[in-house]
Amino acid sequence: MESLILNPLGAATSMRKAYGEALVELGHKRDDVVVLSADVQSSDFSYMFEAVFPSRFFNVGIAEPALVDVAVGLANGGKIPIANTFAFLFATRALEMVRTHLCYAGANVKLAGAYAGLSDSFDGPTHQTVADLAIFRSLPNITIVVLADGLAVKRFLPQIAAWKGPVYFRVCRNDVPAVFTEDYAPEIGKGITLIEGEDVTIIACGIMVARAIEAARKLSTLNIHARVVEMHTIKPLDSDLVTRCAKETRAIVTAEEHSIIGGLGGAVSECLSENCPVPLERVGVQDTFAECGPYLELLEKYGLGVDAIVTATERVLARKNSS
Amino acid sequence: MTVSSPAPAGPALVYPYGTRHTQEMVADLSCRAWEYRAQVLRMVYGRQSGHIGGAFSIAEILTCLVFHQLRLDPNNPQWPDRDRLVFSKGHACAMLYTVLAHRGFFPVSELPTFRALNTRLQGHPEPLKTPGVEVAAGPLGHGVAIGAGMALAARMEGSRRKIYAILGDGELNSGVIWEGLMVGAKFSLDNLVAIVDYNGVQQTGTTHHVMPTEPIADKWRSFNWHVIEIHGHNVAEILMALDLADEVHGRPVVIIARTTKGKGVSFMENVPAWHGGVPTSAQFDAALAELEDGAAQWKA
Repeated sequence: MESLILNPLGAATSMRKAYGEALVELGHKRDDVVVLSADVQSSDFSYMFEAVFPSRFFNVGIAEPALVDVAVGLANGGKIPIANTFAFLFATRALEMVRTHLCYAGANVKLAGAYAGLSDSFDGPTHQTVADLAIFRSLPNITIVVLADGLAVKRFLPQIAAWKGPVYFRVCRNDVPAVFTEDYAPEIGKGITLIEGEDVTIIACGIMVARAIEAARKLSTLNIHARVVEMHTIKPLDSDLVTRCAKETRAIVTAEEHSIIGGLGGAVSECLSENCPVPLERVGVQDTFAECGPYLELLEKYGLGVDAIVTATERVLARKNSS
Repeated sequence: MTVSSPAPAGPALVYPYGTRHTQEMVADLSCRAWEYRAQVLRMVYGRQSGHIGGAFSIAEILTCLVFHQLRLDPNNPQWPDRDRLVFSKGHACAMLYTVLAHRGFFPVSELPTFRALNTRLQGHPEPLKTPGVEVAAGPLGHGVAIGAGMALAARMEGSRRKIYAILGDGELNSGVIWEGLMVGAKFSLDNLVAIVDYNGVQQTGTTHHVMPTEPIADKWRSFNWHVIEIHGHNVAEILMALDLADEVHGRPVVIIARTTKGKGVSFMENVPAWHGGVPTSAQFDAALAELEDGAAQWKA
């Protein structure tokens, strides 16, 4: 398993640049792919697709409801539209379009949620997104994927395009550590055990995967053997894997760049309480808005640091051992 | 409560795109619009639920589109190069279902299941369930932007198929409508035709009272759409406007059709309560009699 991840983790690289490159590669492979933006293509790097395929790129202006609706029309015509704007705008301003036409009516539209989590750090809470997973997870028929590094973007994008039905996926704005080796071959809907361990399982998504790995390596020096699972697909949740981890390690920590309410932690919590109740600690943004500031410092302040995962793990182990 | 059964309908005559607009064709389509109103009345009365007013105002326009203008194949509803009908004013779907059924997309005998449990004919349109329905609607305002996306897809393929989006006038209150207008004009979508069922009445009052929309034609013109204004219950005018829309190049077209909400039943016309009102038994009988008279005037 550990052959899937770099040790030590690789240098931080731009996830949105990887996304732009992956879009171009996808555009070369599939001529049915079209890309739309609500005038933020220079932010999310879909401009790279526009530069190569100008006739397959549509900027609808700062109009997120129309962004989704125009994509719905393109999907009706057999295209594979990938719509781009900031994650929070999909989850809030354009939500009714997503619910009615993608979730209810099945429009085959892919939503690329840029600047996810706290990654638009300096722009502050108006631009940060810590509730999107909870919002979309409550809607039927949508698949939700959270990408962990640049290689993950390249591995997932062709799958997302080929997936039958709507997909919402999250991309971080900033440079993130390279996590995976070339052996990384993820499949939508199937969690991946990255590090084996029997004391506790840390289930993470997105940028928190790198942090979970670092936490596990730290914990191993304390003779705590933490299993690390990447749960890139939040919906449908790989509940078989979650349940197996609960049975085998009897303690779970979740880690996500999202509110502890309703996202990965919420999904795992629901799964555990039905299938295998064991102690659970959720690492994520508490029920609050954050603030502006440097990204890495913001992550620390709002409880998303490596040490926060280590502390949560120690807490959950204490609960496990006292029960 | 007694609901008279729908008039037995054989396969209805179709006037393929390009058919000359003879007086007989105009009379036949007009007559059918009246008969379809009677069908909608039966459906809403039978279920004690539904929207009559906006269904009645769109009767002639939908009949002209589905029996003449649109290139469709009821035996192959997903034919990729079909013309697209975006029924944006989804609450009036009893009329959409009636017209689609008579065009052969599903049995006319299924119409009484409208809004029942387990029906394919949902309370508002649902494309995964109902053959011939292209998009979900009910939450208002989606038609123009979705139609623009359909028009872009058609153009990318070099297809000559056209997109027709039917809007209510109350629906124009919604902001995303105007986002869609800008998209249509930006991309010069002359394969997109919006039709506004301008009946002047919405749920709680007149459009003038709720949210003044005039000068409506000037608004669309200022968004760089080509505007055609017609009387929306006059089949000859509707057919002519649809032909004229085909002659416009380089910009999208809107047909503003002046109509009457509740058209054809004297006590329903222009009365906001009939947006979603359900008739009593006596009202049902009186309404049916008026609609049958309306149809009879076209049967020479």
